[in-house]
Amino acid sequence: MSDPLELTGAQAAAAIRAGDLDARELFEAYRARAAAEELNAFTWVGDEAPATDPDAPLAGVPFAAKDLFCTEGVPSQAGSRILEGYRPPYSATVVRHLQEAGAPLLGKTNQDEFAMGSSTENSGYGPTLNPWDRTRVPGGSSGGSAAAVAAGLAPWAIGTDTGGSIRQPAALCGIVGLKPTYGAVSRYGMIAFASSLDQAGPLTRDVTDAALLLRHMVGQDPNDSTSLPFPDPIALPTAERLDGLRLGVPSELSSDGIAPGVREAFAKTVALAEELGASVDETTLPHAPHALAAYYLIAPAEASANLARYDGVRYGLRVNGDDGLLEMYTRTRAQGFGAEVKRRIMLGTYALSEGYYDAYYGSAQKVRTKIADDFREAFDRFDFVITPTSPTVAFTLGEKTDDPWAMYLNDYCTVPVPLAGLPAISIPNGLSEGLPVGFHVIGPAFSEPRLLDAAYALEQAIGFDGAEARA
Amino acid sequence: MIDRAQVEHVARLARLALDESEKDEMARELSGVLEHIEKISELDLADVPPTSHVVDVTTPLRADEPTACLTREQALDQAPATQDGGFLVPSPGAAPA
Repeated sequence: MSDPLELTGAQAAAAIRAGDLDARELFEAYRARAAAEELNAFTWVGDEAPATDPDAPLAGVPFAAKDLFCTEGVPSQAGSRILEGYRPPYSATVVRHLQEAGAPLLGKTNQDEFAMGSSTENSGYGPTLNPWDRTRVPGGSSGGSAAAVAAGLAPWAIGTDTGGSIRQPAALCGIVGLKPTYGAVSRYGMIAFASSLDQAGPLTRDVTDAALLLRHMVGQDPNDSTSLPFPDPIALPTAERLDGLRLGVPSELSSDGIAPGVREAFAKTVALAEELGASVDETTLPHAPHALAAYYLIAPAEASANLARYDGVRYGLRVNGDDGLLEMYTRTRAQGFGAEVKRRIMLGTYALSEGYYDAYYGSAQKVRTKIADDFREAFDRFDFVITPTSPTVAFTLGEKTDDPWAMYLNDYCTVPVPLAGLPAISIPNGLSEGLPVGFHVIGPAFSEPRLLDAAYALEQAIGFDGAEARA
Repeated sequence: MIDRAQVEHVARLARLALDESEKDEMARELSGVLEHIEKISELDLADVPPTSHVVDVTTPLRADEPTACLTREQALDQAPATQDGGFLVPSPGAAPA
């Protein structure tokens, strides 16, 4: 048979089931590649293939998990030095679900510290490189997962998205990334960044793999009281046409600040969608331009509370001082957190502090309501809203690290979506300057099966080839 | 927009030790970000209800029955310091200035 590492996850599972491929050999082939990789995509790689069942749904095809998923007995550091060497006593529900479906854990992937970043340069363990061009970032914060899948170091991976952390790195690495509806996937065992926004999802080579992984990730979990039962079965997508589908292009997210090459790729995909039978019209999300401001109040505010737990008492780093408990706290946090995490803790604490709460955090929550209303109105007229995923292709390492807001602008098109709790998928839709561009499809809550079908039809028509990054 | 004294106050609330050069840099960077964020004050949000969560969060109650949980050994396993089956911390010492 052809090179097993060129198979998608679904193809590899089918080959194992048919007896054409041995799950242990597949694991070993990926393990060897992951252990020898030079992108710094992995922070930990497994050493032995666990026994798997070829009749299980995922048939022994291994997966990579972003470092912030707790994995029992396996380092789970969330890209932070404050959790260096932390080995949790339990696994995240979503990790357990995938393992129970027959997928062994291949390794843990690099990320921006506590998922705060859009380039993976904020990792305490060094940046990950983009497999298309090693002088460039893979995006972030799930940059290790995206780079690993794009480079063929893992068949598929899981990541988390708070403001775009699955979709933007998927776009910059030329792969598929899906952020599910808030509540569809349990957050139990995910090291928290912003609890009202965080959501786990798949990063895969194609849309079929995204559907297959998602099917085994969703479900209500008694350990996450914000999780909900997924209403419909998630079938593998088969749509070839988009007849009757109404797609809305929000003027606010498709012109200003979008690089010409990204706009060009977007226009081509819109034309393809029309050829496939969809109707495409302009729509409006009037409050979307304010989403970044709302996000950079809400997410840091929640983070400042979530990250209070890193105090040198129960796990992770401790730095003692001469002056008792308080100094131990402040020194531990000063040494353990990186610059961006400190910035966001400061911003969030400020936004929640006496005298500023209403003006900042309170206003941001109201903007959040308006953004959700905007989407609701758009979905009265359209099935999906489409935008470019990222305003630019992958940028060079260090290019945006001096200006926080320039970095935050990467999330311009992705950040309104989690504020409204909606699902969205990014699929690769071409190259600009030799680098991948992403196409972003946003749907109403729990529309993932339809979203995957539409993305699949587009994927077939686009015919994007990611083989270059796996070479 | 946010000055050094405010940075020191917020750092104290956040239990973060910042050295002198970090304080100036933090003041400059936070001011830069807040300049963009303050544009939301241009919106009329008077009658808009806030959204804290997109899911209707209620607090579900489970049956009050004992279930498995971490053992004491597991809970203490990753701690930087333990003593007599508990987490060991430095003395609370002097009150914060």
